[in-house]
Amino acid sequence: MATATASSPVRDTGIGALLRHRAVGKLLLLAVAAAVVVPILNAKWASGAWPDALTVDLTEPLGKTTDWIIDNRDSHWLFTYFFGHISNAIVLSVRGVYLVLLAAGWAGVTAAAGLIAWRVAGVKLAVMAAASFAVCGLLGMWVPTMQTLALMIVAVLASVILGLLLGLAGGLNDRIFRILRPVLDTMQVLPAYAYLLPFALVFGMGVPAAIIATVVYAAPPMARLTALGLRGADGGVMEAVSSLGATARQRLFSARLPLALKQLMLGVNQTIMMALSMAVIASVIGAGGLGDRVYQALSTVDVGQALAGGIPIVLLAVVLDRVTGAAGERMGAHVEDNSPLRGWRGWSVAAAVTVVAALAARFADRVDWPTGWVVNIAPSVNTAKDWMVDHLYTDVPVVGGTADWAAHFTTWVLNPVRDGLQGLPWWSVLLIVAALAWLIGTWQTALTAVAAMAAIGVLGVWSKSLDTLSQVLAGVAVTVVLGFAIGIAASRSTRLERLLRPVLDVFQTMPQFVYLIPVVALFGIGRAPAVAAAVVYALPAVVRITTQGLRQVDAAAMESSRSLGATSWQQLRQVQLPLARPALLLALNQGVVLVLAVVVIGGLVGGGALGYDVVFGIAQGDLATGLVAGAAIVCLGLMLDRVTQPTERRAKKGA
Amino acid sequence: MRVRTRVTSAVTAVGALLALSGCGAADMTKQASPYANAAGAKTVTLSVQSWVGAQADVAVAEYLLKNELGYRVDKVQIDEVPAWDALSQGRVDAIMEDWGHPEQEQRYVKDKKTIVPGGDVGVTGHIGWYVPTYFAKKHPDVTDWKNLNKYADQFRTSESGDKGQLMDGSPSYVTNDKALVQNLDLDYEVVFAGSEAAQITQIEQFAKKQKPFLTYWYKPQWLFEKVPMTEVKLPEYKEGCDADPAKIKCAYPHTPLQKYFNADFAKNGGEAAAFLKNFKWSEADQNEVSLMIADKKMSPDDAAKAWIAKNPAKWKSWLPK
Repeated sequence: MATATASSPVRDTGIGALLRHRAVGKLLLLAVAAAVVVPILNAKWASGAWPDALTVDLTEPLGKTTDWIIDNRDSHWLFTYFFGHISNAIVLSVRGVYLVLLAAGWAGVTAAAGLIAWRVAGVKLAVMAAASFAVCGLLGMWVPTMQTLALMIVAVLASVILGLLLGLAGGLNDRIFRILRPVLDTMQVLPAYAYLLPFALVFGMGVPAAIIATVVYAAPPMARLTALGLRGADGGVMEAVSSLGATARQRLFSARLPLALKQLMLGVNQTIMMALSMAVIASVIGAGGLGDRVYQALSTVDVGQALAGGIPIVLLAVVLDRVTGAAGERMGAHVEDNSPLRGWRGWSVAAAVTVVAALAARFADRVDWPTGWVVNIAPSVNTAKDWMVDHLYTDVPVVGGTADWAAHFTTWVLNPVRDGLQGLPWWSVLLIVAALAWLIGTWQTALTAVAAMAAIGVLGVWSKSLDTLSQVLAGVAVTVVLGFAIGIAASRSTRLERLLRPVLDVFQTMPQFVYLIPVVALFGIGRAPAVAAAVVYALPAVVRITTQGLRQVDAAAMESSRSLGATSWQQLRQVQLPLARPALLLALNQGVVLVLAVVVIGGLVGGGALGYDVVFGIAQGDLATGLVAGAAIVCLGLMLDRVTQPTERRAKKGA
Repeated sequence: MRVRTRVTSAVTAVGALLALSGCGAADMTKQASPYANAAGAKTVTLSVQSWVGAQADVAVAEYLLKNELGYRVDKVQIDEVPAWDALSQGRVDAIMEDWGHPEQEQRYVKDKKTIVPGGDVGVTGHIGWYVPTYFAKKHPDVTDWKNLNKYADQFRTSESGDKGQLMDGSPSYVTNDKALVQNLDLDYEVVFAGSEAAQITQIEQFAKKQKPFLTYWYKPQWLFEKVPMTEVKLPEYKEGCDADPAKIKCAYPHTPLQKYFNADFAKNGGEAAAFLKNFKWSEADQNEVSLMIADKKMSPDDAAKAWIAKNPAKWKSWLPK
């Protein structure tokens, strides 16, 4: 979900022959260039890992920056007159929302959730929303849920406003649009972990830093979709509006924005989902709420309790996703509503019912969720986990235990790939990257990819990054094999797809922290469990995109192949898969990006390499280690994105 | 161009708003949590460290603050070094168990004076290398570092390759292990579990199968009750032998664990501050509560309640007169 909004320009596959011709040309050209440059590089800096002479050590300047911030934070005008006000404003707004939620009590909040869902999305979702909030209470998570909700409301509002402003600027002005794109790209690839620490230093631990980090992470989809919506406005309509003599402002508010409404709602939806996924990560700098409960439960290795904190996050995500999604569709559809409760009348009924519910709970002295209504799920979940570990960990007849698999995976896959990558001369890695990126894209994309890879070397984390890269490659391979298999099966059976949907929902929104412990319990510590966690996280997106891509294959092509007597297997191999190629490539690209996103989490279960450095940076307040590793992850992300994302020469228009 | 002027005016408006709302300088040293003191309750915000011993301290303090003194307690889990920063800014009021951070002490306690020491917790901490007791009984000489190389191949895992595995834990913990392995010429690879949760899970797995392992671990810790472990003797600790991290060649010191308070809280925190200052218990007490939380999976609140019911004499002396 994190990057579902990434653009996916698609190459026309019809000109295969010409393309193959071009590919050979590109490779030849590259080979000639290499033949000239490599001997020179080799003579000057030798082969092997990245040469020390070409690195820059940032430890000292970054360490000094940290000290300067801490020493001047209470006195320098930059903090007392600028950053300080921002963090105070954030604290005040979160506090305001939180107090309102507390005053409304559980009855008021549950009623309000149900009624708002009813107004914007219908009765079915209203029941679901109210029930979800009740479950949060039943799990004994009412207060943390309210804290997270307060945090989310403020963060999402800020992200939407910022996204709208950026998107407006980008949608109306080509130059700004061009500058904005790479900025938004970077904001999304940047691992949130890497910038938590600097934000915490500048804005203060806890809520202010968490909100700002969330906004950085969640605003890009809003900005992207706003710009996309504005640029996509129908030319004919715009022409008509102009000819009526509308001013620029009138054109914007009367035509462009209303036409882009559907995209705007999609942007809001994406922003909410991304903000929620930050809720847990932000808990490592003390943001409180549900994320903190999950995080605290994990330190006592209490999976059951972690799940009790994770379920409300999943429920919030699913409810908000469905409600905003339905609202977006309604806005696009302009349904004629003739019920007696339409418009303001419906809203006033909703408001009245909410107030009555809140007051009723208050008079009954039941403002807080009653302690007697709490169900403790932790013991049974832990029993289930223990059973799993006892019976699957090792010595299972015939198939072997999960720990044995992990050991084999490490020895036979991860180690050779890592050693192979680290054994390659540094210039040859750059060459391979250049060749791959150029074959699939243009010379610009190849240049970006090579520059990103070189930046990793300059930062002095070359071999660690290759270690991380080997984990990513292994994770992507497993994800893609499993994802394509499940996706193909789901595309052929509607029933399977329906069964899979809630499972995929849960895996996509469940905070990664929750499954860290089961992963260690099953696979031990090390790189194998890190890869396993990454696969769990990335699989849903790959399955979804694959299923959708295969489903959308032209029915006529399928029909004609069947009439020619093709078997089901032939049909899949020779018609469906080739035609769905763009979707499959997008699935691969998403797989890569999502697997990389879990690298940091992998650091928490022994994945080592860059992920560990980022975690270390936060834990020790060490800006140098954390930021450099974070920058290296961004560079890896950029490189992998360019190598897996086919681009034609970028058209002037597009996302 | 119109867009740009509009953007500029928006920025000016926001700036003006900020200036108006703040009416001058913002105080970065007074930034309580937005959830603090909500709904008219007096609150104390405590920082919880990720290990269970610290959670036990906080659980008991929380229970007494709530039920004896009428406070609401907010708990925030932050790593050790950032927690010092949060304490200095007033985002948390107290750290209940600190394992020694000389650099932070110098900066916040001595130079900036935003943090004040809160006295001993009553527990002495010690970091060391441990092997499971079932293994040490079979091979008694493994408990001296000089013999570790002999056993390296028994400690091998797929992660450590052809060397023995020395398992380290969370990146937030104080560790010299990489340097020690290097300087003592040991045939070992330090593998970081990345979090204490992962490390405990792995130790329990090893113990279940009675496999040998070598791990960084610390006392007091509840896990010893479940998986008995024996310490491996490292070269003796002497004052100052750990001054240069690169040349380190000695064991870890024994540290009396400390409490630290935000300076404002210590002065104006009323009964809560006085109570937390008096809080002091023994290693055995802490382990009793820790084990209930971590192994019996009781909620920290229930564990604290159980201990408090059994030991009224101990905690009654902490209450402010």
